[in-house]
Amino acid sequence: MPNVGETIQSVERAAAILRLLASGPRQLGVAELARGLGLPKGTLHGILRTLVVVGFVEQDPATGKYRLGATLLHLGSSYLDVNELRARAINWADALAGRSRESAWIGTLHEGHVLVIHHVFRPDDSMQTLQVGTYLPVHASALGKVLLAHDPYGEPAAPLPPYTAATITDPERLEAELELVRARGWAAEMEELTEGEVAVAAPIKDSRGIVVGAIGIRGALERLAPEGGPRMEFVSYVRDAARAITRDLAR
Amino acid sequence: MPRPTYIAAIDQGTTSSRCIVFDRTGNIISVAQREHRQIFPRPGWVEHDAEEIWQSVQLVLAEAVGGVDGDIAALGITNQRETTVLWERDTGRPVCPAIVWQDTRTAPLTHALAEHEALFKGRAGLPLATYFSGPKIRWLLDEHPGLRERAERGEVLFGTMDSWLLWNLTGRHVTDVTNASRTMLMNIHTLAWDDDLLAALGVPRAMLPEIRPSAEVYGRTADGVPVAAALGDQQAALFGQTCFDPGETKSTYGSGSFLLMNTGDRPVVSKHGLLTTVGYQLGDTPATYALEGAIAVTGSLVQWLRDNLGLISSAAEIETLAKTVPDNGGCYFVPAFSGLFAPHWRSDARGVIAGLTGFVTKGHLARAVLEATAWQTREVVDAMNADAGLGLTTLRADGGMTADNLLMQTLADVLAVPVIRPMVAETTALGAAYAAGLATGYWPDLDSLRANWHKAAEWRPEIDEAAREREYRNWRKAVARTLDWVDEQEFQQ
Repeated sequence: MPNVGETIQSVERAAAILRLLASGPRQLGVAELARGLGLPKGTLHGILRTLVVVGFVEQDPATGKYRLGATLLHLGSSYLDVNELRARAINWADALAGRSRESAWIGTLHEGHVLVIHHVFRPDDSMQTLQVGTYLPVHASALGKVLLAHDPYGEPAAPLPPYTAATITDPERLEAELELVRARGWAAEMEELTEGEVAVAAPIKDSRGIVVGAIGIRGALERLAPEGGPRMEFVSYVRDAARAITRDLAR
Repeated sequence: MPRPTYIAAIDQGTTSSRCIVFDRTGNIISVAQREHRQIFPRPGWVEHDAEEIWQSVQLVLAEAVGGVDGDIAALGITNQRETTVLWERDTGRPVCPAIVWQDTRTAPLTHALAEHEALFKGRAGLPLATYFSGPKIRWLLDEHPGLRERAERGEVLFGTMDSWLLWNLTGRHVTDVTNASRTMLMNIHTLAWDDDLLAALGVPRAMLPEIRPSAEVYGRTADGVPVAAALGDQQAALFGQTCFDPGETKSTYGSGSFLLMNTGDRPVVSKHGLLTTVGYQLGDTPATYALEGAIAVTGSLVQWLRDNLGLISSAAEIETLAKTVPDNGGCYFVPAFSGLFAPHWRSDARGVIAGLTGFVTKGHLARAVLEATAWQTREVVDAMNADAGLGLTTLRADGGMTADNLLMQTLADVLAVPVIRPMVAETTALGAAYAAGLATGYWPDLDSLRANWHKAAEWRPEIDEAAREREYRNWRKAVARTLDWVDEQEFQQ
């Protein structure tokens, strides 16, 4: 093992507890864990309590013994398939397009871009082309700003290319914008990708509260934001749809 | 401000019961869903517990309506068709498990009825197949001692799921004309139970519900909501897609897939393996007929890949798996699990995976599964074009599988026409809501419903004719290999 400097003892002990619980199908009590690990019961109690709170360990209510938690078992395979996300969101995306009378979009992050995974035409029966599978820039789209604001990796690759005069190209301004997106729970795109076009988006979260996608609408400036900012009516349609999908994913 | 009003629809399907609440523009306001058990007592047998289904329906109705800030103006019902429930008039309790439409136990019986084939085709508009309710009723009356006598005395009642739910919701023993058209007992021309058909199948008239139009107030729920529509699921989807004019066609992708073409006020008898069925009947107006192509296994093949092979953990992941490879790798999957339905009607067929080589991976298999749905659709579209004498120009697709973009693209490729998904993919429930809303004046007329229809997505063909023909040829070779699998002796057992 490479020498990585100082380690945190309680994390090592937590790992040892998890390894021991994973070593067989049986449940273990505190006394057995203490014997197996050569640690005092008092030390184990605090670590076990923490592991139970985060869901990595479960305590059998009848015997008081411990076993690995469901959260831990699903940790390695719990990413949400994009096609599953579309299937679960399709009714709500239709309803969003229906209510707003604009096109509805769902995107996920893919290698630094927004991948469009679902697109509902604007319901005016005009000629439109399905955009599923295309990419949008993260810093210049409402979907991208929502995804970026909640992405643990956080930053888009610099430089930030301009698409219009309104595109945010300064990393500090973008960071301030993302802070705003996190604070109010939705993002706006004011002619930053295409002149004359406005978009609004909000985050879709999975059952663990992690943002797995963004849903939004896109349309003409004069309809969505005739007086400067986006009309709040549209913002609430988008947020309602995002919440409905989030609720659905929690089931 | 007055409270908003909405229309609720119960969609009692093969795998789950749902309740969806719609607003005046046809947008979904709330949804509740609950799955029920699929009971497989023997190979080829599929049963449901009607009591469990009624419990589920009550729960989803309460949940969907409870989550809405407004009033429910009317309730519509749409249902899995042909599934046969027998219950006691006195207690309202089912006397046996419901036999589901997919169940093939009546294969020997339908063979034995072959002498009446022309009668069924001419009067009921249906081919002789295990699919329909009549033979299922007959099987139950034959197998359960004393049941026939009780049915003759009117103590035991028959109903399809619409009838079972209407009985429980309103206390009346009625069925809608579209469901009745799937029993092999109703005369498709007179829309009444037919004595010759009853005699051929040996079903007593006393056990049958009263046939009513698809849209009228049948009664009220315990909460006073008018129950104002009932339509078989595929007819409801036709209605929900606003296919009100002759020639308009829709295709619904669920467990099975069903193409229906509106043929106006006259029944068209198919020469190419399609069914003649009632599309809908609004109040006391004349009925509208439809030609139907029924495919037994499409979405349920994806479920099979998930549940029986464990290759995917959710149905939607089939697209992810299929996209790991660029094509089918030479592999074709014909899911003739309960024989082949339209346009073949071969109950002796069983499933085949053809073209296997060491090269084929689970990704190719996933492609073959999706392509099976597309090619089965192509066969039915060819039959429909031949019967109607005109070529389909676009396909209006709906149902859960329309969330699968690869499938929709593949459909456009094999049909060589654009495939369109309407704004509300839940056309089945929407159709029941539309019919209930028309019956109660929530919507004034058909034009107000047409105005609600919008295109949500469109896929255009991307492959060339040579590739299409090559693949179709291979598909047909694979289909040929499914035939003559179950032989005569096995049918007798």
